[in-house]
Amino acid sequence: MPGLEDLYREIILDHYKSPRNRGSLEPPAVRSEGHNPLCGDEIEVFLVVKDGIVDDIKIGGQGCSISQSSASMMSAAVKGKPVEQARALIHRFKHMMSIDEGGEEPDTSAPLGDLEALQGVVKFPVRIKCAVLSWNTLAEALDIAAE
Amino acid sequence: MSFDVQKVRADFPVLAELINGKPLVYLDSANTSQKPNAVINAMTHFMQHGYAPTNRSAYKLAADATDKFEGARAKVAAFINAPKVHEVIYTKNATEALNLIVRSWGSANLSAGDAVVLTHMEHHANIVPWQMLAAERGFTIRWVPLTSDGLLDLSNLSTLLDGAKAFSFTAMSNVLGTINPIKELCAAAHKAGAIAIVDACQAVPHMPTDVQAWGADFVTFSSHKMVGPSGIGILWGRESLLDAMPPFLGGGNMISDVKVEGFTCAELPAKFEAGTQPIIEAIGLGAAVDYLTAIGMDNVRAHEHDMTVLALNSLNDRFGSDITIHGSTDAALRGATISFAYRDVHPHDISQVLDQNNVCVRAGHHCAKPLMRILGSNATVRASFYLYNTPSDVTALCDALSEAGDFFTL
Ligand SMILES: Cc1ncc(COP(=O)(O)O)c(C=O)c1O
Repeated sequence: MPGLEDLYREIILDHYKSPRNRGSLEPPAVRSEGHNPLCGDEIEVFLVVKDGIVDDIKIGGQGCSISQSSASMMSAAVKGKPVEQARALIHRFKHMMSIDEGGEEPDTSAPLGDLEALQGVVKFPVRIKCAVLSWNTLAEALDIAAE
Repeated sequence: MSFDVQKVRADFPVLAELINGKPLVYLDSANTSQKPNAVINAMTHFMQHGYAPTNRSAYKLAADATDKFEGARAKVAAFINAPKVHEVIYTKNATEALNLIVRSWGSANLSAGDAVVLTHMEHHANIVPWQMLAAERGFTIRWVPLTSDGLLDLSNLSTLLDGAKAFSFTAMSNVLGTINPIKELCAAAHKAGAIAIVDACQAVPHMPTDVQAWGADFVTFSSHKMVGPSGIGILWGRESLLDAMPPFLGGGNMISDVKVEGFTCAELPAKFEAGTQPIIEAIGLGAAVDYLTAIGMDNVRAHEHDMTVLALNSLNDRFGSDITIHGSTDAALRGATISFAYRDVHPHDISQVLDQNNVCVRAGHHCAKPLMRILGSNATVRASFYLYNTPSDVTALCDALSEAGDFFTL
């Protein structure tokens, strides 16, 4: 049986305790919200897209260490990146969480950085939903921003 | 009869299982209960020796199956002291029983300008069906608020009930453990001219039930929380109300006659039992009722009371100000369902560490989001004890909780 240290890697607890890009943004920033009906976790993503770049992102809401750290790492990973790259990262992250959305195999050549630490979540299937909550919410925010 | 928890445990095969070499500490019975051999064997025996359709075919095997299926109904009626056996209706679960009341009684009786009273501690099963019908009919829903120690605040009850047509409330909160004054609430409803609906999902498994002493009009509960199988629940209702209500689901079994021009309904209880019923599950529920009756519901309540006192004391002694236990501190006013917050560790993370020690608790909103909003959190840890839990389960919970504390304060 996988142990707790497989799940709660130090870097995860670090992001949980000191979340990056925490807060909110006023309109014209777009806002999307995600819920995990199973455990009640809530995530808000505030997003500013300028010239095809994720210019600013803030994360709100409450949740467990996995959902919160995943959101924190995500925000750090996509901030300042082109929208296309953010979308590719969403695809790749969900693939890592063994969520098959069809489409092409993601390009896994670039290093994942801190996000690598979330790999262990796959061994705890009930927690996968926690890890992907913020990513689905980001995808929705990107869709809204593209409208 | 004296109560011996070790003897009770021996009746539940799953409690003897080892997971990764460690015993199972099952503290999620408010969610669903484990099953004793008496239930498992009754269902298996019926499938091996007596399974047949009920109420349809004339051969002996079918007649015997019908007798057993109806015998289980009589057992349930006696268990809750229903005046008439045919007032006991089989449903899929408590949720379906509540939807039946709302769709059938509610559709016939509620329109714009009417009001229904609920409380802030209801399970979604006793909220959403009302909201669905209210959206169609335009009646209003009023809410009985809570006191700071998690009891119903009854100070304005008569105003809230004034002009209301129904008061629907839980007998015991599935989050706070609060046991409500059922008799008093039913009487208050009647005084205002409203019917009283008791969601007894968390009461029937844990304490003696007497629908007549309560003075209720409808009572709903689920078999799976009372050591019976999943897939069957009960609606009990007063005959006069059930007779006057339109049917809920249409199909086979619920009709007296069908012509191309229309249909006529069967008598109770078949009127509300459309289609092939949960036959095997009814046999299992009957066996669950026999099992609980033999143990004695007073004994079950007394044991859970002792477990509640022990758990509240142990959690407070070991964790002091690190733990916030929701609901009343008085074990006389509550059941053995204990929701808490532990420091600022998220419930989902606590339940993960507990699971590593085979301690099964629920972490989440417990299908009571309006209540969670009042508690000011979107999740709690809930440990719920039943007749098979022991003091060593309380110790296991506390030990695992300290481990979670250590782990999350690196
Ligand atoms: C108070 C209460 N009401 C209703 C229900 C719904 O029961 P079921 O899911 O068996 O229909 C529950 C179960 O969690 C409950 O605790």
